[in-house]
Amino acid sequence: MNIAGNYNGSLSLNKATRAFLLLALSYLLLGLVFGLMGAFQYIFPEFLKDQLSFQKTRPLHVYMVITWIFTAAQAGIYYYLPNVSGRPVYWQKGIWLHFIMQCIISLVIIAGFFAGYFGGREYLEFPPLLGLFIFLSWVPFVINFFATLRPKYKTAPVYVWMWSTGILFFLITLSESYLWLFGFFRDNMVRDITVQWKALGSMVGSWNMLVYGTGIYVMEQLSGDKKVARSNISFFFYFLSLTNLMFNWGHHTYIVPAAPWIKMVAYIISMTELLIFGSIILQWKKTVSAARKNYNILPYRLLSFADIWVFITLALALIMSVPAWNYFTHGTHITVAHSMGATIGINTMLLMASVFFILKKENTATFQQNRKWISSGIYISNSALLFFWISLLASGIVKISGTQHNDTFFNIMLKSQPYFRIFTYSGIFVFIGLGILIFSSFRITAVKNQTEQMTSKKPVSFSTQQIAELKD
Amino acid sequence: MKLAIFIVLFTAYIGYSVVVYTKGTKSDINFSKTEQAQINRGKLLFQQYNCTSCHQLYGLGGYLGPELTTAYSDKNRGETYMRAFLKNGGNRMPDFHLQDKDIDALISFLKYVDETAVTYKKK
Repeated sequence: MNIAGNYNGSLSLNKATRAFLLLALSYLLLGLVFGLMGAFQYIFPEFLKDQLSFQKTRPLHVYMVITWIFTAAQAGIYYYLPNVSGRPVYWQKGIWLHFIMQCIISLVIIAGFFAGYFGGREYLEFPPLLGLFIFLSWVPFVINFFATLRPKYKTAPVYVWMWSTGILFFLITLSESYLWLFGFFRDNMVRDITVQWKALGSMVGSWNMLVYGTGIYVMEQLSGDKKVARSNISFFFYFLSLTNLMFNWGHHTYIVPAAPWIKMVAYIISMTELLIFGSIILQWKKTVSAARKNYNILPYRLLSFADIWVFITLALALIMSVPAWNYFTHGTHITVAHSMGATIGINTMLLMASVFFILKKENTATFQQNRKWISSGIYISNSALLFFWISLLASGIVKISGTQHNDTFFNIMLKSQPYFRIFTYSGIFVFIGLGILIFSSFRITAVKNQTEQMTSKKPVSFSTQQIAELKD
Repeated sequence: MKLAIFIVLFTAYIGYSVVVYTKGTKSDINFSKTEQAQINRGKLLFQQYNCTSCHQLYGLGGYLGPELTTAYSDKNRGETYMRAFLKNGGNRMPDFHLQDKDIDALISFLKYVDETAVTYKKK
């Protein structure tokens, strides 16, 4: 952990991190806008049907939200790398290269969606060539991660393992999801669908690794307890999650006529999640008392809400993993409820904790001025998400009942309308709540921090001690 | 120790992937070259128009429109019903102004998907 005396890269790193944070938050904002438009199309079928139909709003929403998750995680990692490794980021210009490449790719994808150019694959609905460019845009990030950290895995904390795993598996699963370009995969529907579910299921696992790793790092910084991220129990759960990332995807394919043993493996692996579920229950009391103690720390509050959503989402995931129940839940909005609980309740709360942890460090005074806004944003988004989640479950149950009674799709949609309304109106409040968090972040980011104001005229070299003070 | 566990798991993942790609997803359905070309064209059209945004195949896709895995053999839907939608659009579905040969290719693809859905129909 030796920091060179002439380490003066933190300022340009801050600019790059800030750019990444702003980009990530913009993705979230746009993701919410398109998500809300899509929700309105559920209750007003003619809404923008010919100008911007659901065929376009859904891919725009999905792309923005997934990219928010990856970009916010990357922004955090860029920011934390010097702290974790004790050295400046290896390739400063690489961060900007990554940023510029990502901006160009995003603009092309958005313009393509508006113009009606699709690749038509779930999650990756843009033309396949852009998948290659996404892969390439990750190269500077990968170089910076490994060259800065030079990880020694024998002694590395669990979040370094999780980040490394997230990066490795994102690249593997992104490549795997384009295997359909080869006739061997494309010409066999069962193979194509199975591999698609396999790649996407594991890709979700890869971003969870990046996000949960970030959450654990933030928690370590807030609590000051460095033992947890190095404990055997943390590594036990890491390997359990890794096993699930690799083999759990099969529960999506219970209805696909692939070999029965694929389903058996998936079912057995899915049930190991009971261990995680049990551990949450066992530690509940401890978690609640820690949450009460640290309730005033806003990033901690976000981590606590994420904890609640982990519990809820995991319970639902376990139910959906039982084949007899999966038969009913599959293809209903219960699956959407699960995705929303995971992406908004867990991923977004953990990432917002990371965003506010960084912003508080960078600009404590402005952060404090925005405390009340941030706090209300947290409450509004989480309460609204609960209604949103319940309404999705309810519309899923309506579909199950309709399907059992051989009801037509039209009738099922008609009967689901009241729940679609609740889901749209609560979606407006999710938008308002998260919007408050996003605009508070924009406001804090817009104000230059004290260090930057002091050093904006000429470059300054810091001593090791000064760097340590800055980091604290 | 940790590294060893990782390597074992990763090797198992690679091995398992290969088995899934081959034995796990073998298909007995065979087509002539012409039929296969028509199905592939239908599949590409399905992707180009981003049908997956509203429709699911084997659970993959959106929920605004009906599931299409077994739509072809569904007594309440079937080929004629699907053709009508593809030709004119619907309440929620835009009219994509598809040509007849495109509609034929899409129907061929959906017919093939339906043929593969053995376990789906059983349930």
